[in-house]
Amino acid sequence: MSTVSSATPTPAAHASVSAPALRFENLTCTFVSREDRSQRYTAVKDTTMSVEAGEFVSVVGPTGCGKSTLLNIAAGLLQPSSGSISVFGKPLEGINTRAGYMFQGDALLPWRNALDNVVAGLEFAGVGRREAVERGEEWLRRVGLGGFGDRFPHQMSGGMRKRTMLAQTLIRDPDIILMDEPFSALDIQTRQLMENEVLELWMAKRKAVLFITHDLDEAIAMSDRVIVLSAGPGTHPIGEFAIDLPRPRDVSEVRMHPRFVELHAAIWGVLREEVLKGYAQQKLVA
Amino acid sequence: MWNFIKPSYKTLRFWQLAVLVVILAVWHGITRDPAVSFFFGEPIKVFQRIWQWFITDADIYTHLGITLLETMLAFAIGTIAGLGFGLWLALSTMAGAILDPYIKAMNSMPRVILAPIFALWFGLGIWSKVALAVTLVFFIVFFNVYQGVKEVSPVVLANARMLGANGRQLLRQVYLPSATSWVFSSLHTSVGLAFVGAVVGEYLGSARGVGYLILQAEGTFDVNTVFAGIIVLTACALFLDLMVGVVEKRLMKWQPRSGETERL
Repeated sequence: MSTVSSATPTPAAHASVSAPALRFENLTCTFVSREDRSQRYTAVKDTTMSVEAGEFVSVVGPTGCGKSTLLNIAAGLLQPSSGSISVFGKPLEGINTRAGYMFQGDALLPWRNALDNVVAGLEFAGVGRREAVERGEEWLRRVGLGGFGDRFPHQMSGGMRKRTMLAQTLIRDPDIILMDEPFSALDIQTRQLMENEVLELWMAKRKAVLFITHDLDEAIAMSDRVIVLSAGPGTHPIGEFAIDLPRPRDVSEVRMHPRFVELHAAIWGVLREEVLKGYAQQKLVA
Repeated sequence: MWNFIKPSYKTLRFWQLAVLVVILAVWHGITRDPAVSFFFGEPIKVFQRIWQWFITDADIYTHLGITLLETMLAFAIGTIAGLGFGLWLALSTMAGAILDPYIKAMNSMPRVILAPIFALWFGLGIWSKVALAVTLVFFIVFFNVYQGVKEVSPVVLANARMLGANGRQLLRQVYLPSATSWVFSSLHTSVGLAFVGAVVGEYLGSARGVGYLILQAEGTFDVNTVFAGIIVLTACALFLDLMVGVVEKRLMKWQPRSGETERL
C-alpha cells in the first residue's frame, strides 16, 4: 500500500540520478490585498515536491486550495513569497521557457484561427511561415482537427478549442507540460477521448507532466504518481501515492481494474476529510 | 393589401422611406405660410439648392473637398495619435499614473473653445480646423485603446507569454488586436466628431468649406441653403461611417456575431 507522509513527502520511487524536471522547495505563496495590506491569504505553504523527467504527476485537492497557484509558480508567471523552484536543476528565473502550459479557461487568441493559434509558439520563436504551417497542419490532424484550421475560436465547440490548445502547447515540444484542469469543462465522453489522446501523445514523447485536477478518477487513470493537497489556506501536500497500474492504459477500462479501486479508496480516504474541510471553510466565508 | 405592407423585416425599407416622405410632406405643408418658411425653409427650395450646388452651378465641390480633407486628416491623425498614446500609457503603468490627472483635465475641457486659439496658432487655413477636430477624435480613440489594453484577457496574455512571445510580439499579437475591437467601436463616434470639428472650425473663421457656406447663408437669412448644407454634411458623415463599417467587417471577422446559423 502507498505511504501517506505528513510534511515531507518521500521522493519518487524511481528517482533518477539526473535532476528532476521540476522541484519545489519549501514554497510559500502569500497574496496581499492591494487595497488593504493587512488582508492576506496564504495559498500555498511549505510545499516541497518534485516531478521527475518523463513522469506524469497529478495533483488533486479540494476546490480553491491553491492548485493553480502551484502551476503558475512552476510556469514562472507567479513569484513565490519564499522558497525556491528549480527546473532540471537550475533555479527558475522569469518565464519557464522549457514548459508548455495548458490553461483551464479559454486561452486561445480569439483573433487567430485554429491553425494560426497552433503555430503561434513557432511564430514567436521565429520559425519560417511555411515550416510552421506544415507542422501546424500535422498537429491539427494529430488532435483530430484536420481541415478545421480556418475556424476561429468562437466557431469551435469547447472540445475543439481544447484540442487546439493541446496542439498549441505541444507543438513547441516542451520538456515539461503543465496542465490546469484541462478537461474540467468538457462532457464525459469528450473528456475520456481527450484523456486517452493525451496519454497516447505522452507515451510517445515521455515528457514530464504536472497535471492539476479535482477529479480523482482522472488523476489515477492517467498518472504515475498522485499528490493530495490539503484544504486551503496554507495548502501543502498531505499524501503521495505511486500508481502502479500497467501501461498503456485506457482511461475508461482502467477504472474497472481492481488495483484502481483499491488506490481510489486509499486516496479518497485522505482526500475526503480535506474536501469536507474546504467545503466548511467556504461556507464559513459565505 | 394590409397584409402585404404590414410592418415586418421584409417591408422595413418601405416603412423607413414612408417616415421620410411623411416628414417631407409635413415640412412642405406647414411652410406654405411665408411666416413659417422664413424660419424653416422649404424642402423643394432646399433640394433645388443642392441640385444647383452639385449639378447646375457645380460650385460646392471645392468647399466639400476642403471639408472632407480636413475631416480625413483629423480622423487619421487623431486615430493614430490616440492609438499610440493609448498603447503607451496603458502599457507603461508609471507614465499612465503620472499623466492621469492631465488627461482627465484635457478630456473634460470644453475643447471647442480652443478653436480661436488654433486659428491664432495655425492661421485660417485648413490646419486650424484639423487641429480642432483632432482634439475631438484623439480622446475618444485614446480612452478606448486604453480600456482595450486594460481589458486584455489575463489568461490569453499568460498563454502568449508561455508560448514564448517577447515584449514586441505581445504588443503586436495580443495588445493591438485586442485593442482594435475597442477602437472600431470608437471610430464610428469619432468619424462623426471629426466632421463636427472641421465644420465648427470653418464656421468660426475660414474662407472655404461647407461650414463657411453655411455661415455665409446665415448672414443673409438664407435658411434653405443652411438646411441644404446640413443635409449634404449628414450624407457625407453617413458615408464615412459606412466606410468604417466596411473596414471593420473585414478586419474583425474573428469576432463572434449572433445568428450565424443558416436556416434551410
